[in-house]
Amino acid sequence: MRPISAVWVIAGYGFREAVRRKMFAVVLILTLLFLLLYWLANHFVFSQLSGITPPADVNVDTRTFAGAFLTGLAMFATLFLGVVLAVFLTLGVVGGDAERGLLQPLVVRPVGRTTLLLARFLGAAGVVVAYVLLVYFATVVITGLTGHWWPDRVAWPGIELAGAAVEVVALSLLGSVVLASTANGIAVFMLFGAGLVAGLLGTIGHALNSHSVKTASTIASYALPFEGLYQDALRMITENASGLTGFLLQLGPFGGAYVHGWGIRVWSAGYLVVVLAVAAAIFNRKSL
Amino acid sequence: MPDALAVRNLQKRYGAVHALRGVDLTVGEGELVGLLGPNGAGKSTLVKIAAGLVRATSGEARVAGARAGSRPARAALGYLAELFRFPGWYTADELLLLHQRLAGSTGGAAERARLLELVALTDARNRRVDAMSKGMAQRLGIAQALVGEPKLLLLDEPTSALDPVGRRTVRLLLEELRGRGVSVLLNSHLLSEIELVCDRVVILLGGDVVTAGAPHELARPRGVELETDAGVQTIAGATREDAPRLVAEAVAAGRRVYGVRVLTSTLEEVYLEAVGGETD
Repeated sequence: MRPISAVWVIAGYGFREAVRRKMFAVVLILTLLFLLLYWLANHFVFSQLSGITPPADVNVDTRTFAGAFLTGLAMFATLFLGVVLAVFLTLGVVGGDAERGLLQPLVVRPVGRTTLLLARFLGAAGVVVAYVLLVYFATVVITGLTGHWWPDRVAWPGIELAGAAVEVVALSLLGSVVLASTANGIAVFMLFGAGLVAGLLGTIGHALNSHSVKTASTIASYALPFEGLYQDALRMITENASGLTGFLLQLGPFGGAYVHGWGIRVWSAGYLVVVLAVAAAIFNRKSL
Repeated sequence: MPDALAVRNLQKRYGAVHALRGVDLTVGEGELVGLLGPNGAGKSTLVKIAAGLVRATSGEARVAGARAGSRPARAALGYLAELFRFPGWYTADELLLLHQRLAGSTGGAAERARLLELVALTDARNRRVDAMSKGMAQRLGIAQALVGEPKLLLLDEPTSALDPVGRRTVRLLLEELRGRGVSVLLNSHLLSEIELVCDRVVILLGGDVVTAGAPHELARPRGVELETDAGVQTIAGATREDAPRLVAEAVAAGRRVYGVRVLTSTLEEVYLEAVGGETD
């Protein structure tokens, strides 16, 4: 069997496994609930926006501020739900499936372990990317139609958000090669939490102009590039905001990135390749 | 024609534990070899190395002439693990279709129907795996291992979950496979089963081969049993060659002979002798 055909067969196997899990239905229900609540929040915020009057000497664009804040909040929720999906789709792909005896009948087939792992990655990444893009664009449309505010850049933040979730898929897959399912799930969520904290620290570091905090945050963004991509996605939704509005948005918590642009995108792509290569190398030597 | 499985001086160490200590073993074309030994003897490790699931520390294992674990070796074998599971949402037919695709089999629906018939699951063709009994799932596992007409079949405890009828089905299946030239390495604790179907038996203990040979070669003579009008008499130490003489002597002595039976040790006795009565 040609490796390309095998990839599709196994990716399809992984996809069927994903959509048949109860967790998938739970995530879908939570997502619909989130989108409903998000629409309600937009409705009330923008309907009361005319009643908010900043002091005369403070020149803040309240519509941009509210729209960007709500969209930033939605992006955090989208990434979080995407990460939940990514982790649950991949946390037991190797260790868990091997323990349950699901993996061995597949591994002894002539497709090869690297192909098997790559296919499982593509299957999970496909589901996660589709999910993140769908939810992200749904929230953008909700804010746009309800509040008549649109991000400065619409497509790229969604792509970066999806890229961030794909990084988590790869990390979780690597974890599944070396850890048991539960340990892997805990480890990936801890990494995700550490990345978010590092991002917030970066915002604080820049507000206080603390060199050491800024450096720590930059290192964290490169060590855990899903955080760098998420921050860059936030930056791009208010890329053109200036003056006091731009400054307030930069203060966060859904502020802009301090590591951004093509540097972090290229780094993330390389990081993804290295994580998958390490996972494949370990998996190829693993006793099952 | 290379052996279906050729193992030379195979060693496997897990840290300080020697799972295999230089095992030599061959399974020829169409040969059915039984692997016996107590738990921890190294049987499953040997089967897993042949299947490419575990790497040997040293030595060599070749499947149909190809290094175990390589793509050609994996293409030449079928494997049923001791502890296996299939996704519950697949029907029997869908599962075989998945494995046909992974094995590159071109057998299509005809192969799937034939395999399901072979393991007596034709009526369960559209039944989901999670609706199957343990025995049915085990038989489906055997059908899955046979996808793509492998040259070598590695079966790790294939009858552990089967009832006597299911075990008989598997036994008949193994005999049929042997007739078709498929080689089988059968790892089982069921001595009677091994004795019934296997051409050769290999007994492992502590990672070493302690006994190997055909069941009838391993069996030791235990005497001859003679049934006459005076009752049943066992002549210890007598062999098959002594039987005609013993019958003639009894007839000459005026006895009516109703039966004569050459006694040999069973595989169970051979096994217990080889492993020194060692259990789990």
